[in-house]
Amino acid sequence: MAGYVLMFLLAAAIVMAFAGAAKARRTADAVPGKTHSRPIYHGLNAAIWTGIPAFVFLLLWLFLQNTVIDHLVLSAYPGVEAMDASARSIAISEVRQIVAGNIFKQPTPEALAAADHLRSLQAISGWVIATVAFASAAIGAFLAWRFVGKRARARHSVERAVSIFMLLSSLAAIITTIGIVTSLVFEAMRFFSMVPVQEFLFGLRWEPQIALRADQVAGQGAFGVIPVIFGTVVISLIAMLVAVPTGIYSAIYLTEYSPARFRAVVKPLLEILAGIPTVVYGFFAVLTVAPAVRDLGTAIGIPAEPNSALAAGLVMGVMIIPFISSLSDDAFAAVPRALRDGSLALGATKGETIKKVLLPAALPGIIGGVLLALSRAIGETMIVVMAAGLIATMTLNPFASVTTVTVQIVTLLIGDAEFDNPKTLAAFALGLVLFVITLGLNLIALRTVRRFREKY
Amino acid sequence: MSAVQQNVQTVDWHSDAIKARRKSRYAAETRLKAYGLIAIVFALGFLTILIGSLTVKGYKAFEQTVVSVEIDLATSGFDRDKLMDANWKSLVKKALLEVGGAESLKKKEQKAYLDMFTDNAAYLVRDQVIADPARLSGKSSFVIPLSDPFDQLAKGEISRDTPEDQRRVNDRQIAAFDQLVAKGVVSKPFNWGLIFNADSRFPELAGLAGAISGSFWSIVVCFAISFPVGIAAAIYLEEFAPKNRWTDLIEININNLAAVPSVVFGLLGLAVFLGWFGLPRSAPLVGGLVLALMTLPTLIIVTRVSLKSVPSSIREAALGIGASKHEAIFHHILPLAMPTVMTGTIISLARALGETAPLLLIGMNAFMTSTAHGVFDASTALPTQIYIWSDSPERGFVSRTSAAILVLLAFLVLMNGIAIFLRQRFERRW
Repeated sequence: MAGYVLMFLLAAAIVMAFAGAAKARRTADAVPGKTHSRPIYHGLNAAIWTGIPAFVFLLLWLFLQNTVIDHLVLSAYPGVEAMDASARSIAISEVRQIVAGNIFKQPTPEALAAADHLRSLQAISGWVIATVAFASAAIGAFLAWRFVGKRARARHSVERAVSIFMLLSSLAAIITTIGIVTSLVFEAMRFFSMVPVQEFLFGLRWEPQIALRADQVAGQGAFGVIPVIFGTVVISLIAMLVAVPTGIYSAIYLTEYSPARFRAVVKPLLEILAGIPTVVYGFFAVLTVAPAVRDLGTAIGIPAEPNSALAAGLVMGVMIIPFISSLSDDAFAAVPRALRDGSLALGATKGETIKKVLLPAALPGIIGGVLLALSRAIGETMIVVMAAGLIATMTLNPFASVTTVTVQIVTLLIGDAEFDNPKTLAAFALGLVLFVITLGLNLIALRTVRRFREKY
Repeated sequence: MSAVQQNVQTVDWHSDAIKARRKSRYAAETRLKAYGLIAIVFALGFLTILIGSLTVKGYKAFEQTVVSVEIDLATSGFDRDKLMDANWKSLVKKALLEVGGAESLKKKEQKAYLDMFTDNAAYLVRDQVIADPARLSGKSSFVIPLSDPFDQLAKGEISRDTPEDQRRVNDRQIAAFDQLVAKGVVSKPFNWGLIFNADSRFPELAGLAGAISGSFWSIVVCFAISFPVGIAAAIYLEEFAPKNRWTDLIEININNLAAVPSVVFGLLGLAVFLGWFGLPRSAPLVGGLVLALMTLPTLIIVTRVSLKSVPSSIREAALGIGASKHEAIFHHILPLAMPTVMTGTIISLARALGETAPLLLIGMNAFMTSTAHGVFDASTALPTQIYIWSDSPERGFVSRTSAAILVLLAFLVLMNGIAIFLRQRFERRW
């Protein structure tokens, strides 16, 4: 239904655009004197008045419809008072399956009745959408049609609508941030109502498996975030150990030593490393790097686990090289020519100039870049999901398997997500931790870079 | 002046100490240069190995070993109106046994022989006949893919030298396979199924159509939202917004949002779009929404930069001859900034196309054996399909995963190529 209404609105808006413009042209020819707006603005104005209010209504209705309908169906479901949240969601999804025609076993009479209820509500909802959208389009079209005239300020009206759209768009980023923060905090609060905050923040055991049935031995589950953060730090450190020297040295070579043509070829090639999807790196880490790391471990006598921290960290490091390289590049380029020339004039070699003059001068910029890269490494997901381990252990041995915050988020939420057990909600608490850490790193990095820029 | 000269003269530039010192200074210089080169070689070497190993593993999946079987449908006696219910299994089984001369074998051996062909052979034949009922009236040839172990055997991935108990095909099956090869019915055509089939549990039938359709719809949604909203926001912030604390806050916010880990956007999508608004799980609509929120900050930043690069003389000229502020922007500045904006948009969309983690969280890793026909159909996306296949135990999926990665990389190269073309063809330097 919504699809047809949408198509109707689009068609109506286009028709009104032409009709409005045509009427404006007619009145302009018929009446002497100055016209205010060109016909196209009358057309656009008519299209906006016809289509936009109904479209906004349609969107809001579609967003809220499922929640409201589910609520209505459930409140009429027999015995709903006795159900807990998960039983309710199972009931509603069963009803939805019946309506969709996927019946696997003979449904209960209650479910069938609820399915009829759902169907009738959906039909009502469809008619409400159609009626309201049609009425609003008709009223809008009528008003816009009447509005067309010689001195009517259609351009102002259109520009106001465009301005409102732009203003709302600029709020999108703020709304997204608010959405992230509220959803993370809200779900994390629910988690903390089941698991105390201090246990989460300072606990040394992370075993999110909880018993599905009361008599299972799986235990209570432990939600101490320290080992997970420890693993994240280990892998990120390995990545930084790979990426920082490689990135800075390649930036030095490319900005100071290499011929222009070499640079023109190599720099885009390095940027390719940043453009490769992380799932590709993950697959490569599992398939090629992990076995190589295991061979290396055997060669030097340390048994390596198949999903070692070293394999994941190494690949992640390579992924980050271009970030550090190009940010250092910018930092070097921002150092004034005079400093470099002064050093060279004193008889320093190029290398000495780089090490003793350029590097210190560019250091804040480089540090900013490294911090940004670190925040990216901590938030990187697919490489570690595929190549790092699942068990949280506190070890510094790079050949052992560790887990990270992002790995835990994905493994806890993959599959069926029911929002009522600590296992699922723990992912949101982890997400909050991740968000706070990366946000902090970003703010520090941006501030470092900015302070550095003011210097020259 | 003379003091300086005196000073200079006191140093003997040819003394051994100075020579040694100079030598070590130059050596340090060479070392630094060498480190730089080593770093570049390391990074590029890694890139080469990455692409090389994927190509080596993946190119074989672009071929599929098949066997052509003649089936006489005229004698089958199938009712034209009830093709779905006809006994295709026994018909195809008979034809397969015939082609290898295996009718006289014992039941158990027949089963081992039939393991050579894909499990779904009967349905493949059925679907082809239903699509082309004319075939019912005579003999026609059908192409049946070999099952994964034999596909691997034909491609040399399974070595015949391995002891029999350590490989997935036994000697008798290999003999039967060689017989088929000798008969000339085995061939290795280009594997169109990889592109046009949907996902399947059997590697020999699994394809990327579902993933490509899911990715397509997600990117369409992502573009439809992020492009207008991103441009509108950028114009507002660049041209209209007053400079005050509120707009500063928006700016800082956009910069930070651009650096938020993608998995956090997945959590947002899960909690808000699925949890609060009750949108369907695994739908490209939700995937596209999440990707749009992710690309929006980058898009706003790119658009603002390109708006800034248009010289103010153009704005002033437009305003000077009586254009309104909106007209100056939409008729003059925006069109001039558009090539850069398009380049930035395509590059952000390419990035969104390769994004995996948020799509995993909103369930776009469902096992779907059909393609998505709209934004509400549950489906996978290319990167999540790669993730699913890389997790599959069947050996055939290793090369399929590499091939899927090559397909994804081909799309990315194409998009970036278009972006670079646009930049070089249309971008103006002022």
